[in-house]
Amino acid sequence: MALTVLAIVRIRNLFAVVMLGSIYSLLAAAMFVVLDAVDVAFTEASVGAGISTVLALGTLALTTDREKKPIHTKLVPLCVVILTGAALIYGTLDLAPFGAADAPVHKHVAPTYLTEAQEKTTVPNVVTAVLASYRGYDTLGEVTVIFTAGIGVILLLGNWRRERQPGDDQNA
Amino acid sequence: MILEHFNYWIVVFLMMAGFYIVIAHDNLIKKIVGLNIFQASVFVLYISFGKITGGTAPILAEGITVYSNPLPHVLILTAIVVGVATTALGLALVVRINEAYGTIEDDEIQQAKEKEL
Amino acid sequence: MRSYLVLRVVSKLLMPFILLFALYVQFHGDYGPGGGFQAGVIFASAFILYALIFGVKDAGAVLPRGILRFGIAMGVLLYAGVGVFNLLVGGNFLDYNVMAKDPSHGQHLGIWLVELGVGLTVASVMVTIFFTFAGHRDRPQE
Repeated sequence: MALTVLAIVRIRNLFAVVMLGSIYSLLAAAMFVVLDAVDVAFTEASVGAGISTVLALGTLALTTDREKKPIHTKLVPLCVVILTGAALIYGTLDLAPFGAADAPVHKHVAPTYLTEAQEKTTVPNVVTAVLASYRGYDTLGEVTVIFTAGIGVILLLGNWRRERQPGDDQNA
Repeated sequence: MILEHFNYWIVVFLMMAGFYIVIAHDNLIKKIVGLNIFQASVFVLYISFGKITGGTAPILAEGITVYSNPLPHVLILTAIVVGVATTALGLALVVRINEAYGTIEDDEIQQAKEKEL
Repeated sequence: MRSYLVLRVVSKLLMPFILLFALYVQFHGDYGPGGGFQAGVIFASAFILYALIFGVKDAGAVLPRGILRFGIAMGVLLYAGVGVFNLLVGGNFLDYNVMAKDPSHGQHLGIWLVELGVGLTVASVMVTIFFTFAGHRDRPQE
């Protein structure tokens, strides 16, 4: 994954960049399977590697696929990035070790979900149970976000104005 | 020590690479790809939190006692789909910007704006 | 794209299987990996494949824009409607316990309906976004 990202930083052909982005998503999906998150891997593979690539290619078709040579100096962004990265790595030192069963994350609500979900909802897939039942409000909000994004795209790119007045074409 | 945090360091590296793309490049499409990389690195971070060594996927079955934490999975699952919806919105904006200014390079858009004023 | 015979035949063969798989993911999400979000995306990808091979116009004939917009709104309404229904029956908003005779069945039914709403919205939004992107080029310049 790291190599793919380095390639994305270097390459200026946007078509190749989008394709590498797709590969990156697929690698992330494989990583999610290794980390036991099958539902998430499923989504990432279909969404990240599939739909978003198609959409990005659609945008390339409507605009251009060459990136111009940047004129700014790259030193300042590089410094900012290295500083932020160092701060974040310093922060990770306080995190619980990877894969530890006694990390604070696993102590809060997760045990309740795992023990109760089966009898309360009769749904063995805990991810689905939590998604739709325990955190139903969140999911409702997220569906609304998707709804809004869809409406936004229709408003920005759709030809709804022409649809309403079919006679406009001759006048224009 | 190194092995315990290696996953997090990879995440930090990916995150910073995405961040670098966003702030150092002028091309709007590349900025959006950078944002996606940043986003995916956050997903990996969350899923790493949820992992328990020796655990399995949180689909209840008999004879299994250790499951990984389902909560991060739920959060990220929805975040991925919302992410692609917002990415689509961003790409739509790029298309409109390209129509309005004839370019998708940040600095050229600035120049075109100044010329208009 | 119209001349690629292999692509046309293969995509026609694949379409029903992709749709079937999407439905399986949608309704089997309670027992295995899957659910409304994934199913919606897979369902949408079937139509996007169709649109890529046969052109947006033909795909638009299969799935008219009106139905898509109806689907976008219906999904969210179904989700929120389940919540309001629970309010009316006497529970809390999105509290599925009261939907059937005993709480656990109510939960299952509620989750099923809500996932259906999610799948409907996600699928229609994804197809709509793709159609608007692809159909944008044909629009006359103002």
